[in-house]
Amino acid sequence: MARDLAKPAAAVLMGNGLADLAAGAAAKKLDRVHVVEHELLENYTADGYAAALQAVIEKLRPEIVVFPHTYQVRDYAPRVATRFRQVLVSDVVRCRIDGESPVFVRQLFQGKLLADVRVEGPAPWFVSLQAGAFRSGDVEAGQAAVEPFAIDLDASAIRAKPSAAFRESEGAVDLTAAGSIVAVGRGVADESDLEMLRELAGELGAEIAASRPVCDNGWLPMERQVGSSGQTVAPKLYVAIGVSGAIQHLVGMKGSKTIVAVNKDPEAPIFEVADYGIAGDLYEVVPALIEELKKAKS
Amino acid sequence: MKIVVALKQVAGRDSAFEVRPDGIWIDEDDLEFEVNEPDAYALEAALKLKESEGGEVVVLCAGPDRTSKAIKEALAKGADRAVHIELEDPERLDTLALAGLLAKVVETEAPDLVLTGLQSDDLGSGQTGVVLAELLGAPHASIIMEIEKSGSGLRVRRELEGGWFQHVELPLPAVLTIQSGISKLRYATLMGIKKARSKQVRHVSAEELAAGVAPVIRLDRLRLPEKTKETQMLDGPPAEAAAKLVEKLKFEARTL
Repeated sequence: MARDLAKPAAAVLMGNGLADLAAGAAAKKLDRVHVVEHELLENYTADGYAAALQAVIEKLRPEIVVFPHTYQVRDYAPRVATRFRQVLVSDVVRCRIDGESPVFVRQLFQGKLLADVRVEGPAPWFVSLQAGAFRSGDVEAGQAAVEPFAIDLDASAIRAKPSAAFRESEGAVDLTAAGSIVAVGRGVADESDLEMLRELAGELGAEIAASRPVCDNGWLPMERQVGSSGQTVAPKLYVAIGVSGAIQHLVGMKGSKTIVAVNKDPEAPIFEVADYGIAGDLYEVVPALIEELKKAKS
Repeated sequence: MKIVVALKQVAGRDSAFEVRPDGIWIDEDDLEFEVNEPDAYALEAALKLKESEGGEVVVLCAGPDRTSKAIKEALAKGADRAVHIELEDPERLDTLALAGLLAKVVETEAPDLVLTGLQSDDLGSGQTGVVLAELLGAPHASIIMEIEKSGSGLRVRRELEGGWFQHVELPLPAVLTIQSGISKLRYATLMGIKKARSKQVRHVSAEELAAGVAPVIRLDRLRLPEKTKETQMLDGPPAEAAAKLVEKLKFEARTL
């Protein structure tokens, strides 16, 4: 973005004990690397990070503040933007330059539509980018000065007390190791219909997985969930059955080598990432597919 | 515990969307609307808390006339009363302007807790709850999968990425954004539907709450996404499409 706008870019790192990270960032073509270290930033809190970034922005006065679109950023960046009477343009998939100013492209309606977003208020502008919006390999090497940013934080201003992160069921199913995956989405009407999908998975030698709503229903355990809140997979073959392809699911599987999608809605976003698509009723297509797979084997 | 639940009504997931001639929103005629799914879970979480802790659940909803259907549904499920912010064209407001409207009503209600879904199925910007917390000067926690009372505050389970979780303690009043699946959704009972008719809905006009608040971001040029991949659509009756697919997987993709 900085290259397209012909403007300098600086990195801001927040946390505690960031020397290695700072050295990595300093090897990129950046104007500067600002390192904000404080013991109150050691464990993430929205109050701590928002206060720190607010101080950085007030001092450095950037035109645009760019974030990765992660759960952590979603948690504190909207607070920071609000303090500058701005709105974070979140989960941007692409930017283009229109005249002198950037236009941000984001998805609406679970990926069914795209829209341009134009920011009209004064700088700073706030944008979070979806993974893959830019190629990280495209960042040129360089040598940037690392500058510590002195910050004053008040422990009493941090209202939430976080505990250590944990995982619910430690590696019971490792979908990332699966060669093939059959993923079930909300197009499946009833829990008993999973039997048919298990049979399909059996024919393909595939693990069974699901999009979030199926796990929310308790039809499959959470550990079989693919997507931003579940596992990220890239098998040789990914067969999505009745999965609409909301972005939260796509980020977890779009790196798969061959993607097959079966969905009754020909406009479903899953077809945008699929190599092969069948727009049809899964209750007709899946039995036919099982039949054909059996034939192909015999 | 007094709880405000901010709900949004959105076009149904299976809708066929057409972009309006002005390009800034969809044509809403002939669309079915429903309660935004994560917001339905926020309501569920609020009703559960009321069952265990006592108190009151107030539904807060901004939108045009159609929104009253979502409000009725929430009242039928067990919310005690509602505030409807009458807003003709919510698509023209950005998150800050909308959260500003919600904040004005929340301030008059002075609840212990505000719950809302983590994001909407239409805009999906996932920020209304967090911005609302900022405007209210309240602490927040986002993407919540479990809520427990803990002393004078709350202990919540926050979802992180990739199957990780974290417990967070925070004081009240607070704002939580709720993740879908926090608990099973209830249906409205016949009795609930009947009772809902006599429950209070306070109407406030968005104009009166915040006249002349200009949005800082705006949507433009809504469109269907460009295909990023060359998708081969296999057509024909199911058996034929299935046969074509197996053929392709075997000889073209070589994955079988």
